[in-house]
Amino acid sequence: MAESKEFDPRPWYLLAPSMLAIIALVVIPMSFILVYSFYENIDLAIDRVAFQFGNWQELLTDSYYHTAIWKTLRLSIIVTVLAAVLGYIPAYFIAMTKYRHKWLLLLLLILPFWVSFIIRTLSWIHIMGNQGAINGILMWLGLTDTPVSMMFNEFAVIVGFIHVFLPYMILNIYVSLEGIDENLEPAARTLGATPWQAFREVTLPLSLPGLAAGSLLVFVLTGGSYVTPLILGGPGDFLFGNLIYDAVVVELNWPMGATLSFTLLVLLGLVVALYSRLMGMNQLSKAFG
Amino acid sequence: MARVDLKNIKKSYGAVQAVKQADVTFEEGSFTTLLGPSGCGKTTLLRMISGLETPTSGDILVGGKRVNDVPIHKRNLGLVFQNYALFPHRTIGENIAFGLKYRGVSKSDTATKVTEALDIVRLPGVEDRYPTQLSGGQQQRIALARAIVIEPDVLLLDEPLSALDANLREDMRVELKAIQHRIGVTSIFVTHDQSEALAMSDKIIVMSAGRVEQVGAPEEVYNNPASEFVASFLGASNILEAKVISKDAKNIVLDAPHFGKIPVPLAQAQRMGDAPSGKLVIRAEKLRLADKPGDTNTVSANGVVEAVDYQGQIARYFVRVGDIQLQALNMIESRPFAIGAEVSVVLKTADCALLPAGA
Ligand SMILES: Nc1ncnc2c1ncn2[C@@H]1O[C@H](COP(=O)(O)OP(=O)(O)OP(=O)(O)O)[C@@H](O)[C@H]1O
Ligand SMILES: [Mg+2]
Repeated sequence: MAESKEFDPRPWYLLAPSMLAIIALVVIPMSFILVYSFYENIDLAIDRVAFQFGNWQELLTDSYYHTAIWKTLRLSIIVTVLAAVLGYIPAYFIAMTKYRHKWLLLLLLILPFWVSFIIRTLSWIHIMGNQGAINGILMWLGLTDTPVSMMFNEFAVIVGFIHVFLPYMILNIYVSLEGIDENLEPAARTLGATPWQAFREVTLPLSLPGLAAGSLLVFVLTGGSYVTPLILGGPGDFLFGNLIYDAVVVELNWPMGATLSFTLLVLLGLVVALYSRLMGMNQLSKAFG
Repeated sequence: MARVDLKNIKKSYGAVQAVKQADVTFEEGSFTTLLGPSGCGKTTLLRMISGLETPTSGDILVGGKRVNDVPIHKRNLGLVFQNYALFPHRTIGENIAFGLKYRGVSKSDTATKVTEALDIVRLPGVEDRYPTQLSGGQQQRIALARAIVIEPDVLLLDEPLSALDANLREDMRVELKAIQHRIGVTSIFVTHDQSEALAMSDKIIVMSAGRVEQVGAPEEVYNNPASEFVASFLGASNILEAKVISKDAKNIVLDAPHFGKIPVPLAQAQRMGDAPSGKLVIRAEKLRLADKPGDTNTVSANGVVEAVDYQGQIARYFVRVGDIQLQALNMIESRPFAIGAEVSVVLKTADCALLPAGA
C-alpha cells in the first residue's frame, strides 16, 4: 500500500509525447489568442498592442453575442438529441445483426469520411433545394406547383449537422452495445420481460456510456461549427462560430475574434468538464490510483 | 413443474442442420442430461425449449401443451447460462428479483423470496453486492437462484458448471443435484462431461451430430451402449471386430481376434439380431491384467504392457495384443505392472456388450 503512494514516473513517460503535442499545438497558440484578446482594433486589420478590456466588455454587454450563445446551445442540444435517437437504431442493428459481413456495415459508416465534409454539406442543396431532388419528385407527382422551400433555414442546418455527425454517434453507441454480453437480453426474456422491457432494463442502461460519449462529441462538434450554417442556413441561422468567422474574416477584427474564440473554448471546455463529472466518465484519477 | 415432450424436432440454420431429429420426453420432476460432443446441437435444443430459437419443424410440449408459438417471456422457464449472464448493472438482490417484478409479486414478498433463494444456494447476505464482486462459483449460484426464484415449470441448465475449476465443479454438481431434488423441478441439464452426466442424471440423452443416439438411465447407457459412439463417448472402451460362429439359447459365440472363442450372453447382445458379425464393446475397467490366464467364464489373450498411466489407486494400461492396442483400467493391488511386462489380458464373458457391425 505504501508503495503505491510513491511517485511513479512511468505513466508520464508514455504520456509525454502527447502532452508535448498538446502544449505546442493547443496551449501555446491558445495563450497567444488570450493575449491577442486584450489588443485594440483600430481599423480593418490594424491592431494596437495593448492591455485593455474593451473586447471583453463588448462581449459581456452586447446582447448580440448572448443571443448567439443561446442559439448555439439550443441548436447543439437539438442536434445531439436527434442524433442520439437516430443513431441508436442503426447502432443497435449493426451490433445485433447475425449478418456475417458486419465489417461491411461498419465500412459503410466510415465511407462518408472519404468525401470532403463541405461537399457532403453542399449536396443537400441538390436534394432539398428548389431545383433539388425532393421538389423535382413532388412537382413531377403533381403534389405541388411551386417548389416547397426547405433550404436556407434552421431545418436545413439541423439536417446538415445530423448528416455529418451521425457516424460519430453511431460508432460510439455501437462500441458500447458490442461490449454487452449477448446472453443478457435472452436472460431477461426468459425471466419474463417482453422484448421492449428487456431492452429498457438491460441493454439501454448498459449502453449509456457509449450514448453519453457520442452525445458529448456531437454536442461539442456542433457547438464549434460555422461552415454548416454558412452553407445551409439563412441570414438568421448563425452560431457562435459564425461570429468568430465574421470578426476574423469579414471585419478583420482579430482582437475581437480572439476574444470570441477564447470564449467558445472556455464554454465548450466547461460543458466537457461538467458532463464528465455527471456521467462519471472521469476515470483518470482511478487509472492512476 | 411439468413434463416436456419434443416431437420430431428439427432445426436448420441455412444449410447447417443443427438438430436433425429429436423425439424425446423429459419426465415431470426428473433430472435429464443432454450429453454429447461440442457442436452436436445440445444448446440449440435447449434454446428451442426456452423459446430463444424456433424449431424448423416439430412440436414442443410443456405440461402437455404445445408452446411453439408462446413467446419467451410467457413460457415460465428458468434458464441458467454457461457464462451466468448476470446483469452487471444490478445488485445481486435486483438480479434475483428481476423475474419476480413481471409476476406481480409484492415488494415484501419479493424480499422474502430473494432471501429464501439465497439461502437455497447457500449465499445469504450478498443482496447488496454487484456480480463482479463475487467469485465465479458464487456467480453461478446467483444465476441458479435467479432462475429458481420464479418457480419455473422447467429448469434449463446449459453447461452451468463448465466455467468452474475442477474441485468447485464437483462440489457444485452435488449441490445442484441436491437443490433440484429439494425443489423437485423438472430439469434439463446440458453437458459434454460424461462423469457429470453419469453422476447427476435420472436419464441421459446421448446426442451426436444433431441426432439422439441413445436415451436411458445412466447405468443402462453406460453398460449397454446402443452404438459404438455411445460406448466410446462414455468412458474408455475397447472395440473388437468379431465374427459370429454360432448361436444357442443362452449365448452368441464369437470368434474375436487373439481372444479366440467368446460366448456372449444374449442379454448383452440384444441389439445383434441375426447379424453375421459384430463389434464387441469392452470397458477399459472390465479388462483385467494378470500374470496368468483366468479361469472358467473368462477368456484371455497374451499381451505386452506398452504404457502405464499411473493414477494412485488405479492405473491405466495400454497393452499390445498382436496387432491391436487395448486399454485396461485396473485397481493396483501391490505394484503396478511395468512397461514391457508380459501379461494375460482377462475378460469375463458376461462383462462385454455386443453391437451389430454397423452401429
Ligand atoms: N446461430 C447459428 N447460426 C448458424 N449455425 C449455428 C447457430 N447456432 C448453432 N449453429 C450450429 O449448430 C450446431 C449445433 O450447435 P450447438 O450450439 O447446439 O452445439 P452444442 O452441442 O451446444 O455444442 P457445445 O458443446 O460446443 O456448446 C453447430 O454446428 C453450430 O455451428
Ligand atoms: Mg452449447
